[in-house]
Amino acid sequence: MATTLAKDSSQATAGHSAPPPKRVTRRPNWVAGTISWIWLVIVIVPIYWIVITSFKSQSNYYIENPLLPPPAPTLANYGMVIEAGFIQYFINSVIVTLGAVVPAVAVSFMAAYAIVRSGGGRFLRWTNSTFLMGLAIPHQATIIPIYLIIIQLGLYDSLMALILPSIAFAIPLSVLVLSNFIRDVPKELFESMRLDGASESRTLWNLALPLTRPAVVTVTIYNALTIWNGFLLPLILTQSPDKRTLPLALWSFQGQYSINVPAVLASVVLTTLPILILYVVGRRQLLAGLTAGFSK
Amino acid sequence: MTVPPIPARGSASLAAVPGGQGRGLPWLAVPALLFFVAFGVIPLFGVFALSFTSWDGLGEIHLTGFDSWRAVLTDPGLPHALWVTFLVIALSWAVQTPASILLGTFLAGFQRYRAVLSVFYFIPLLLSSAAIAITYKALLDPNFGLGAGLGIPILVQDWLGEPVLAFGVVIFVVSWQFIPFHSLIYQGGVRQIPRSMYEAAEIDGAGRIRMFFSITLPQLKYTIITSSTLMVVGSLVFFDLIFVLTAGGPGDATRVLALEMYKRGFQANLMGPASAIAVILVLVGLALALLLRRLGGRDATHSQLEGA
Repeated sequence: MATTLAKDSSQATAGHSAPPPKRVTRRPNWVAGTISWIWLVIVIVPIYWIVITSFKSQSNYYIENPLLPPPAPTLANYGMVIEAGFIQYFINSVIVTLGAVVPAVAVSFMAAYAIVRSGGGRFLRWTNSTFLMGLAIPHQATIIPIYLIIIQLGLYDSLMALILPSIAFAIPLSVLVLSNFIRDVPKELFESMRLDGASESRTLWNLALPLTRPAVVTVTIYNALTIWNGFLLPLILTQSPDKRTLPLALWSFQGQYSINVPAVLASVVLTTLPILILYVVGRRQLLAGLTAGFSK
Repeated sequence: MTVPPIPARGSASLAAVPGGQGRGLPWLAVPALLFFVAFGVIPLFGVFALSFTSWDGLGEIHLTGFDSWRAVLTDPGLPHALWVTFLVIALSWAVQTPASILLGTFLAGFQRYRAVLSVFYFIPLLLSSAAIAITYKALLDPNFGLGAGLGIPILVQDWLGEPVLAFGVVIFVVSWQFIPFHSLIYQGGVRQIPRSMYEAAEIDGAGRIRMFFSITLPQLKYTIITSSTLMVVGSLVFFDLIFVLTAGGPGDATRVLALEMYKRGFQANLMGPASAIAVILVLVGLALALLLRRLGGRDATHSQLEGA
């Protein structure tokens, strides 16, 4: 299985760099073609509308044709969004995302390494089944006890309150994907490291990690996107405006300025911009990351 | 994007690497285990425990036996919330699955323009549920939205104010958000189908539609199970999108179970009954995941990951 997963995402990662033999197509495929263009319109129109509207002034918004770009684009909406404290929210989101993803991937990698390398001791076998069980738990349903735990720890209304559960939620899938890739590392390499007298931590750092880097990147991206877009944890575990992360800030900004459509849409564009830039830079990694462990 | 994955069985065949020696190795797993026990395992048991208590979210927690359960199970709101949840699951599945299979199959081709189209296709994956909900709320606004701006009467509806329309909007927006993800899964699935099968069918003179139904669809069986499990379990615990888009309204037309849990717990401060609903969510989720795995045959998950 590990082989397939690895092959799979390297395929997704490498993408079209080595185009496989072209499927013989003589007749155009009308059904698929039509559906694909319809879907394109469904996706593009709202996104196009968000972007052009965010540059319109509120007064012109009602007069102009909503699907035409503004004759006199304005950045006023963006100024308003930034004044509403979005720089702070952006920083909060960055702190929470980095603060959760880095430890989550690190501890998951260590655990995955231990699970694969051990011949199957009882403790590690039990640990592994715990993580597998964790894949089936809908975390949204355990939010009330998490709220209680966070209060008991005295962390309510802090960024740490968002970071700790986010790390835990990320672990099961990360361990599953990473262990599948570590299992692909040829045993002989581990064996020769061992004969050279390398410690486990050196083997992990100098052998397993470099050889599974694509998987680590993939898992990192998946977790980062999930946490960046998270809404429930900040909604429940924070309270003060200065602890908001971007999705929550979007929601309260919208509640406040719902009539000012251009400003609301500017806030949507602004909060999505970082991910969009990432998408442009590393689309293949990102898409591979999203289906890590799912696609066959 | 929180998509609870399927319970992957025995994926870590522990017979893995023989000869790995044990000294100190288990310690490497301890940090991950600690985090997960603290915020994954304990809350799971905690939610069961809290469903037998009463707690207002601030004060003391009192044991009250089955009071919360009685309150939840006798509330006429529960069957309604269950029904709405079921409808969301069933309809969003019925819309997303055919669309994702077709799009995934289409994207599996290697033509250049398909690659270009796919750049746009996957954009909804990147947006947060909050951003998507806010966009559609603005876009569908009867006074300030797109329909009003274009002056097309049929588009000027109170989309989120009429129960049936609001429900339809929820299904549409859910599909808009998640079809890209599932198309991606199906694209991977289709690319794994051996080309020789198509070549053989071609020699036998099979048409494209015939090939789709006789080769592509049957070969995608396990992909369909995986994708459906993610879809069903995902829409069971759908919260953020519906919360921002309709907040369960109008009335209680789109009040799904997860929303019901939030409202009781964090708006009415009844954590006991809210926990009982959470327990129902966990149980229904597990039951659905198991059921779908049964449907796919015993080894669904396994062979799925094997690559058919």
